[in-house]
Amino acid sequence: MQTVKMVITGPFSAGKTEFIGAISEIDVVSTERKITLANEQQIKETTTVAMDFGRITVDQDLVLYLFGTPGQRRFDFMWDILSQGMLGFVVMIDSTKPETFREAQRIIDTFSSYAATPYVVTANKQDQEDAWSPEDLRIILRLSPSVKVLPCVATERESVKNVLLELLYSILDELDAQEASASD
Amino acid sequence: MALKGNLRDFPTTQILNLINLARKTGTLTIQGREAASMAFREGKLIDASLGKETDSLAHILQRSGKLSTEQVRIIETRATGISDKQLGHLLVRAGHVTQSDIIQSVRHYVLEIAYSLFAWAEGFFRFDADQLPANSRITIPIDLENVILEGSRRLNEQAALQREIPSLEATLRFSEQREMRARQLNLTPAEWRVAAQIAPQRSLRQIAQANNLDEFEIRRIVYGMLQIGFVEFTQSPRPGARPNGAARGPAAAPPLPPAAPQESGAARRSVVMRLIDRIRGL
Repeated sequence: MQTVKMVITGPFSAGKTEFIGAISEIDVVSTERKITLANEQQIKETTTVAMDFGRITVDQDLVLYLFGTPGQRRFDFMWDILSQGMLGFVVMIDSTKPETFREAQRIIDTFSSYAATPYVVTANKQDQEDAWSPEDLRIILRLSPSVKVLPCVATERESVKNVLLELLYSILDELDAQEASASD
Repeated sequence: MALKGNLRDFPTTQILNLINLARKTGTLTIQGREAASMAFREGKLIDASLGKETDSLAHILQRSGKLSTEQVRIIETRATGISDKQLGHLLVRAGHVTQSDIIQSVRHYVLEIAYSLFAWAEGFFRFDADQLPANSRITIPIDLENVILEGSRRLNEQAALQREIPSLEATLRFSEQREMRARQLNLTPAEWRVAAQIAPQRSLRQIAQANNLDEFEIRRIVYGMLQIGFVEFTQSPRPGARPNGAARGPAAAPPLPPAAPQESGAARRSVVMRLIDRIRGL
């Protein structure tokens, strides 16, 4: 059986667990522990200490695994390991929390440095009034026009499906570009 | 007069007990499966090394996940000739690690070597009194009583784990049991790091090497995952060709195969198309 992996990353409390939970065929495996840092406690009572894990079985021969990265910096050491062999990655951003955008930028830079892997950025929590628009996020994060910035509500399956499909289309585009350059 | 002998007659537990009770200061060197040494000050373990070379602080921090491979490469090229203590100060001041990170990493490194020596049944040893590591080396005093207790416990557990998982050449996959109540799992970061690398084409030994886990640690983690049905062997585990080969640090690790195999463009496209069809149909 072949297994492929996508990584769902983003700042603390961006909605990664909800994203994987909305689409995974198994209950999301996540390590939720009581946290001790006061500022984090104001945001969530518990937080993902390690990472989330979800699964989508395609057929008897192919399984897609979704790995959510931990949101806090002290677990950065795991990113390198998680990124190995990934098909692509999704950067989740809580559009209502501009104070996390700088961290999102750092995460994008770090993951992009691991491998030239296609990725998309999701502007999560677009159902909330104070959410920044995807286009404003693109500007503030200084993303190139080739990077898709997608609206998302991580608790809604259709929204999550759309993000994953757009990432897969980006991967196809990348394959097309590689084939075109190989034939030149 | 140096204290000399063979582990066959005088096992590691007894030597450590002697050093502890006599509050000895010096270095114990053992020539067994490979060369090993442990240094003691007034009966406390302060340093250890395995193999011909002593790991630098940079490599110890890399093994504990506090520094990346790239950071270590930069240190090795730009910070040649500085001592571990100097490097530690620089790294703390630059905010790359904390003092606690250094203490924990060095302590873990020393303890893992010490625990691994409990399993050595044979080897010449020699204790040289008053011979200590260079001043530039970072040393953390560790009480020997707990080392002896934990080492002895691991020795018993190791034998049981070896029976359950005889070969580290075995490969794992995630369990197909859909009824598995995954939400009840509570994995530690170390277990997650192992889980993140599970793929049918990757052996336990490779996962251990990539995560700087020794044979005992990888067996214990995998055993736990097997027991709760989170993972299963792709085939029944068979004794491997290297049952006694210790899983070592990154320097000794062969390159890992990627989790997603390197495929031709057509094969990769086929995978992506199948994923698209599946997700559209959800």
